[in-house]
Amino acid sequence: MSNRNTIISANGTEMFSPPSNVLIPTRDEGKQPVLDVRGLGIDFGGLRAVDEFTITVGPTEIAGLIGPNGAGKTTVFNLLTNVYKPTRGAILLDGHPTAGKTVAQVNRMGIARTFQNIRLFDQMTVLDNVRVGMGNNIHCNFAESFLRLPRHFKAEKRSTERALELLSIFNMESEAYTLAGNLPYGAQRRLEIIRALATEPKVLLLDEPAAGMNPSETVALMESIRSIRDTFGIAIMLIEHDMNLVMGVCEGIAVLNFGKLIAKGTPDQIKNNEAVIEAYLGRQEKKEA
Amino acid sequence: MTLLIETLIQGISLGSIYALIALGYTMVYGIAKMLNFAHGDVIMVGAYTIYTTISLAHFPGWLGVLTSVVFCSVLGIVIEFLAYKPLRGAPSLNVLITAIGISYLLQNLALLIFGGQQEDVPNTGINVPSLDLGFVVVEGKVIFTIVLTVVLMIALTLFINKTKMGKAMRAVSEDKDAARLMGINVNRTISLTFAIGSALAAFASLCYGMNYTYIKPTTGSMPGIKAFTAAVFGGIGSIPGAMLGGFGIGILEKLSQAYITPIFGEITDVIVFGVLIIMLVVRPTGLLGKKIREKV
Repeated sequence: MSNRNTIISANGTEMFSPPSNVLIPTRDEGKQPVLDVRGLGIDFGGLRAVDEFTITVGPTEIAGLIGPNGAGKTTVFNLLTNVYKPTRGAILLDGHPTAGKTVAQVNRMGIARTFQNIRLFDQMTVLDNVRVGMGNNIHCNFAESFLRLPRHFKAEKRSTERALELLSIFNMESEAYTLAGNLPYGAQRRLEIIRALATEPKVLLLDEPAAGMNPSETVALMESIRSIRDTFGIAIMLIEHDMNLVMGVCEGIAVLNFGKLIAKGTPDQIKNNEAVIEAYLGRQEKKEA
Repeated sequence: MTLLIETLIQGISLGSIYALIALGYTMVYGIAKMLNFAHGDVIMVGAYTIYTTISLAHFPGWLGVLTSVVFCSVLGIVIEFLAYKPLRGAPSLNVLITAIGISYLLQNLALLIFGGQQEDVPNTGINVPSLDLGFVVVEGKVIFTIVLTVVLMIALTLFINKTKMGKAMRAVSEDKDAARLMGINVNRTISLTFAIGSALAAFASLCYGMNYTYIKPTTGSMPGIKAFTAAVFGGIGSIPGAMLGGFGIGILEKLSQAYITPIFGEITDVIVFGVLIIMLVVRPTGLLGKKIREKV
């Protein structure tokens, strides 16, 4: 179990020096972590919802964040995306601090996410949902698109092509002109992932991607998560209750309970960690005669 | 029969003006989830800008109209920035009261600057010849109003459906937080919405001035309220709904003036607002309004 207590100044100028036992897959060793979170914490009134949350994620790592209900997992995602402003600690994204940035700016710096309860733009087509995310990278200014200059059409064409390409990850090109709200549940979940990918993130945060999926869909999702990581060369961090998925796909796992990290390690280390077992199943009482 | 057709054409013309204003209400509601009751007074500001630039400063007509459109857009952005943006996230009642306050502020500023007397609307130099269809003659200003409205509606629809900014606007109107997380600058999108809504109001003031020939500081309030009724009638938040509602209310008003007023007296406003009440009772989401889904 790794435990870093070195809190670094919020401006993030200090270079990263990995402690010996930080969790990063061997292929990412020696590279600057894409996500370097130090002593992150937030209070809601008197409640310490998250405290001393420290984690590093390698540039192509698939990391898991697990914990019992109410442990603060989604709060961590909200902190990472700056939806909540942290009370304490710092987040370095690819070496740059995200403090003081707006949610949209943090997205452009390279964090994209999906939601526990799906939040697509239901009244827009599947294609437009993806293209909304792509807004960042299509170069064509307001005047050009208002006057419908050739660059506008070129940009539009390029963005459509790119969106269809992204949709093909999950074989959803044929649904491009369906309204997102009319898609079946599983397809909506997949579309959320594609929409997030369209923003060209360095880190993709998935909030319970397998929720409501059956076992065979979950297996397919595991494959997709790996292939997304390989294709895009990005880091993925996921919150999930489905332990088969977490243990099957994640390289490093962090366990949260009552807002605090209680364990970090490889799937095998986590499976056998007593604190984790206790958090999930409760303390084993000695049988009284 | 001739009376009916004439009435319908006048109704469409009046409805065009309502529709242009209603679009401002509905776009702002769709995106900022607030009722901008100062929107009606932007029409008054637009009309006074045309009056100031053309009658007082002797600008050419087209330049006066252009100035009015630009001035109203900027005014929309400024109002949003100073009055509504600080209240983002405040209870909607606070925003509503602020909007009413801005409405009175604009009216009283106009009263202070121009005084309470009526002013004649200047000739903008826009002259469309009347069209003689044989059984009815359609006045040039009516043709101009209808054509301008249709062109603006097509442009707006294309803008919203085909451009990146339009997509951002639709995304923000559906889910502000998700839009933010997709890298959309929500504040800029809201500003843009106010700018477009106010520009449409400026065009509405141009058409209104051509049809009603004089202005005073309270000029904007009645068409504002009627257009708001139209927006609710069509389904607030829905752009086609605002267009449909605008034409519907305009035609209803003219029909009532032509057929009911001679018998029962001037009760047109009673009928228009009566329709609003019935609509709110029978179908609170309006003709094309989105169904509100309760999240469980």
